[in-house]
Amino acid sequence: MEFFKYTKTFNFMGKSKLAMIMSIVLVLGSFLILATKGLNYGVDFAGGTIVQVKYDTAAPIDEMREKLKSNAIFEGASITEFGSEDEVVIRMRTTTGDVVVDVGDLARETLVGTGEFEIRRVDIVGPKVGSELKEKGIMSLILAVIGILIYVAFRFEWRFAVASIMALVHDVSIALGAIALVGLEVNLDVLAALLTILGYSLNDTIIVFDRIREGVVKGRDVELSETIDNSITKTLARTTLTSLTTFFVVFTLFMFGGEIIHAFAFTLLVGIVVGTYSSIFVASPTLLLFGFDVKNYHVKLAEKAKREAEKERMRSQFESGVM
Amino acid sequence: MKLNYRIVIFALAILFGVFFSAPSLFQMQDGKKVTLGLDLQGGLHMLLGVKTEEAVKSRIKSIAASVKHFSERKDILIDTLQFDEEGITLTLLDKDDVKTIQSFFHEIEGAIVVVVDERISLSLSDEEILRTEQQAISQAIETIRNRLDQFGLTEPVVARQGEEKILVQLAGIKTIEEEQRARELISRAAKLELMAVDEDRTARVYSMSESEAASYGDVILEDAANPNVKHLVREIPILDGSMLTDANVGFDENNRPLISFSLNAEGAEIFGDFTGRSVGKRLAVVLDGKVYSAPVINERIGGGSGQISGNYTVMEAKDLAIALRSGSLLAPIYLMEKRSVGPSLGADSIRASLIALVGGFVLVIIFMVVYYRMAGIIANIALIANLFIILAVMSLFGATLTLPGMAGIVLTVGMAVDANVIISERIRELIHEGKSIHKAIEEGYANAMSAILDANITTLIAAVVLYAYGTGAIKGFAITISIGILASMLTAILGTHGVYEMLEKRIQKSKNNLFWFGIKG
Repeated sequence: MEFFKYTKTFNFMGKSKLAMIMSIVLVLGSFLILATKGLNYGVDFAGGTIVQVKYDTAAPIDEMREKLKSNAIFEGASITEFGSEDEVVIRMRTTTGDVVVDVGDLARETLVGTGEFEIRRVDIVGPKVGSELKEKGIMSLILAVIGILIYVAFRFEWRFAVASIMALVHDVSIALGAIALVGLEVNLDVLAALLTILGYSLNDTIIVFDRIREGVVKGRDVELSETIDNSITKTLARTTLTSLTTFFVVFTLFMFGGEIIHAFAFTLLVGIVVGTYSSIFVASPTLLLFGFDVKNYHVKLAEKAKREAEKERMRSQFESGVM
Repeated sequence: MKLNYRIVIFALAILFGVFFSAPSLFQMQDGKKVTLGLDLQGGLHMLLGVKTEEAVKSRIKSIAASVKHFSERKDILIDTLQFDEEGITLTLLDKDDVKTIQSFFHEIEGAIVVVVDERISLSLSDEEILRTEQQAISQAIETIRNRLDQFGLTEPVVARQGEEKILVQLAGIKTIEEEQRARELISRAAKLELMAVDEDRTARVYSMSESEAASYGDVILEDAANPNVKHLVREIPILDGSMLTDANVGFDENNRPLISFSLNAEGAEIFGDFTGRSVGKRLAVVLDGKVYSAPVINERIGGGSGQISGNYTVMEAKDLAIALRSGSLLAPIYLMEKRSVGPSLGADSIRASLIALVGGFVLVIIFMVVYYRMAGIIANIALIANLFIILAVMSLFGATLTLPGMAGIVLTVGMAVDANVIISERIRELIHEGKSIHKAIEEGYANAMSAILDANITTLIAAVVLYAYGTGAIKGFAITISIGILASMLTAILGTHGVYEMLEKRIQKSKNNLFWFGIKG
């Protein structure tokens, strides 16, 4: 079976202008959403309390609201359904410092009389811890990007590194835009998903770059854009396949993984789609844009080969005892 | 016939995976198992802060108590004695005694002593304050660990996190009541003080303000059994819980639980001296700022033991004895972060993520077989081996499986076939170019290698950063992703290559590329 058989070379780079415009629109649109609507930080980063309550029948949300009004500590608490109609989540900005009696306990006492329920989860994140987590989160994103940049520059060439980072920035921006658009709560799991997108999107980009490198080494005097088109076409079957299998599993996670994993799965879904697209339409055209010089690269490779040969000669001389 | 070392390694890897993942899969009694994270089995995770400034205050208070005791023994008359969080100031009646007190003060570590005429004051140096604060944190960790060890939970985790945070993790808490008990035990100061009742003024306690009491060097304390009953006691305790050596639950003549405690030599001496001097007066037994009893002293109490009676159940008495035995907290602790998950939610999470895992797994397996035929089956063998290896490695390291960790395994299933897809595509390509089967396989692997390595290493970089910076559950995700990547490289690069080597002769004979690689030609 070969339904992703691509024998004819697609003219990707001819369409790269159109793709560029689309990408720029999407990224700018994401920035706009982020600037106007902003991210909805969850308790992990903003500090606050989450209390998850499960009733044995449908949750009496109105009655719960009435009850919570009786205590000023629950000021501004929101109650939303969580996965099913008998389970709800109470979110608030309040946190307490007492170890023995905390906001969660107060909520449990306050809700007495609203029916049979159990408190399934209490998350309290104090403001100090929240800001620390935020700091760490941003740091980890930056560090990951820097680490990847260094590795790619070391393995390929600096232009490849810049191009792959462009693709990464593109993917993360659009993913963040999508998160802001649907008003997803940004917690640690979403951050983990974003970092996974970094790795995944790069995965795709590198597979393409690897082919381009190979094409450049083999194909002398061929226009770079042609080499790129060839390389993308050759890797297209693999890209489609892997993206599909990964999309499948993340989609099952999204559908059946339960409410808690929802935000994580959603972020990954967006990332897989955008990451696949960007490895073709963002990373490669950027290479062209930066004027990756095939001839120069050949000269460099030749020099490297010469050095290697020289080393080899020295070594063999040394080993045979001739100095 | 040369040795096919790849298939040998692959077989060993599969054996390793099956063997070491078995204890976790079948929940065997012995063997190393993967531990389930708090979010999967239910439990309590807390980050606690320590109010270190309180530790400094109580340090100064205990110095005040000791100088008072010292001056009483040396018959030094003190005109006034005041202390606050900054330090202590004494005014002596007799200037000749200043030297004695001064030498006593100089023996105290980190003390800065200033003498003006008959006034002598003591404060603590900055280093000493820092040391006291750090000690309060270490002592709190030690104390909480001691208490939890006696509480009877499996493997409680108590550790320092960062400069001044304490991480407490309790797995397998089943009920709200149990959690409540654990939290009370953790946060209980368990500060025992024996204080003298101010007999001259205690009758007026109900009409006295706190500032008036302070002017006499007294404090007003509530009764433990009845908050409306108040006691007036001397502010500086006779001795405190630091001189306690043991505490146990006993029963009085009416079979009500009480706690008997014993004191060390120094405490016993001070206690004996005081009771000898104060026959007919009352002694307040104060625990965490509440008066539990105030019996009249009938005679000198030697031997250094006493009792705390109160209105508590056997369970409460037990917990209280644990708290007293494991020492008091030098400073109160407060909650910075708490995540508690009920066991039923954990079970739900396990179910949901297993459904996703099996669903995704089945989809990928079917897809690979349909698309690649035999090559797909070979890739699937690698994928299954991969799952076993992840579990085995996690079991060996005693790693914790969390909900994001489960998600990481699901994601690995999707990404692990990638290496085999790259290889299969390369082989197909080479066959299309008309290369022999042997050449197609060998070159296919050689060509795919750099791409697989580069792509996986970058993902690994992201995972390592996530592990270094992530907390709790997220660390679990980073672990499973990392192990998954490494395992998939092993199974794809070595494992499947070995399988192809083994089958090469057959593939050449059959000439059926559709069956083997899912392609015509």
